Amino acid sequence: MHEAVSFPQTRTCPLRPPHGYAELTAQGPLHRVEFVDGRTGWVVTRHEEARALLSDPRLSSDRADPGFPKISPRALVVRGQPPSFIGMDPPEHGRHRRMAISEFTVRRINALRPRIEEIAEQAAGRLRAAGPPADVVAHYALPIPSLVICEVLGVPYSDHEFFEDTSRRIARAGSDEETAASVRELAQYLDSLVEAATKRPGPGLIGKMVREELARGEITRESLVSTAMLLLAAGHETTANMIGLGIATLLEHPDQLAEFRADPDVVPGAVEEMLRYASVADTTGLRVATEDIEIAGRLIRAGEGVAIPNGPANFDPAVFPDPDTFDIHRGSRRHNAFGYGVHQCLGQNLARLELRVALPLLFERFPTLRFATPAAGFEPRRPDVNQGLDTLTVTW
Amino acid sequence: MHVTADRDVCVGAGQCVRAAPDVFDQDEEGIVLVLRQQAGDDRREITEEAAAVCPSGAVRLT
Ligand code: HEM
Ligand code: SF4
Repeated sequence: MHEAVSFPQTRTCPLRPPHGYAELTAQGPLHRVEFVDGRTGWVVTRHEEARALLSDPRLSSDRADPGFPKISPRALVVRGQPPSFIGMDPPEHGRHRRMAISEFTVRRINALRPRIEEIAEQAAGRLRAAGPPADVVAHYALPIPSLVICEVLGVPYSDHEFFEDTSRRIARAGSDEETAASVRELAQYLDSLVEAATKRPGPGLIGKMVREELARGEITRESLVSTAMLLLAAGHETTANMIGLGIATLLEHPDQLAEFRADPDVVPGAVEEMLRYASVADTTGLRVATEDIEIAGRLIRAGEGVAIPNGPANFDPAVFPDPDTFDIHRGSRRHNAFGYGVHQCLGQNLARLELRVALPLLFERFPTLRFATPAAGFEPRRPDVNQGLDTLTVTW
Repeated sequence: MHVTADRDVCVGAGQCVRAAPDVFDQDEEGIVLVLRQQAGDDRREITEEAAAVCPSGAVRLT
């Protein structure tokens, strides 16, 4: 019997995963862990085993399975909605994911660039009007992904303000009741969009799914709303967190920021390094074993929970030498920030594009941008949620 | 090098297209298409990269 390790751990620096994981990665790929419901399971702390397990069909994403890892002491928000495809297994997972992927092809996402530039430009105007000093999370990082998701889903322009406001309240999770109320409000709103699109052809992913899958009887109206909610939940806060942490990390590394500003060719590689270094969705890779699995000399038993966090894999020195150093030139493409396997992030090309547009544009419009409060004062979030900065006050 | 892609396994992440845009494409539905069944030496590196970043194991090189 091995001693259970502590997982998830709270970050000491909110910009990067907990330092305590490095020791676990050094000790081995798999460790015994006790989840908050008292069940024992595993945490995987090396890149190779993380990728092997994330693509292993013997691990399930079914949140209703009693062995699914519980890492949060909070009560689950009751939604009264069918599960979305992030919680499904093949072949059902593929059936639902495929209804959405046509909107996320490399070609379709690239075509969104002018619209994202426009959205970022408007947000920069709002930030300028709010300061200096001003909170770059509230006025820049949060609105951009929210408006981009409006575009993807097909939310009409007149409803943008309501959508932004409600999705901000969900992203900035207050009490469980407040979050549940906002989630319900948004689900009702999305359902009304579905309703409208059944009467008159609508734009975006909702319009497309109503016209195709709903019309053919391949999805229920409730499941369609679940897919729309998933895109919002998975794509809004994560991207906003990345924009905020990206700004802070670049400000902390002035030499690399100077290069980032001067040379558009370094932007894509720098964005990959920011994704690796921040690992915002550190604790999303949770699974439960449906069969016994032997890996790295250990036996994962059927029914046990397995946590496959992105942070330790992204700081595995076997893949990323000198992992604690933020280096925009390291060539970080094999990071796990978007997960791996069949659930690998559907929105990753969209998220990359948003970051490649939003970060350079901000530093171009605000050439003297700097911290208004010392970076040392940043508060880390609880370890069981997506990581990011709640506020980041900047001046210029 | 011979390039194939299993369209049933593909999850439409588009990673292959980003790594090797003249070897892979996505159809209207977002599922992988192989543009070149034979990748010559000049495309070996990007094609291997495409296989390495594909999250679903759909890309096969022989
Ligand atoms: C930087 C921003 C983002 C990060 C770090 C991120 C991270 C992740 C991760 C780690 C997963 C895998 C979860 C798992 O293995 O269970 C995931 C799945 C997913 N993400 Fe993202 N994501 C981001 C942005 C987006 C955006 C912009 C969208 C869409 C608008 C999106 C939509 C999704 C969806 C739909 C899934 C579920 C995929 C499936 O289960 O097949 N994400 N994301
Ligand atoms: S990278 Fe793999 S999963 Fe993604 S589109 Fe290409 S073949 Fe499909």
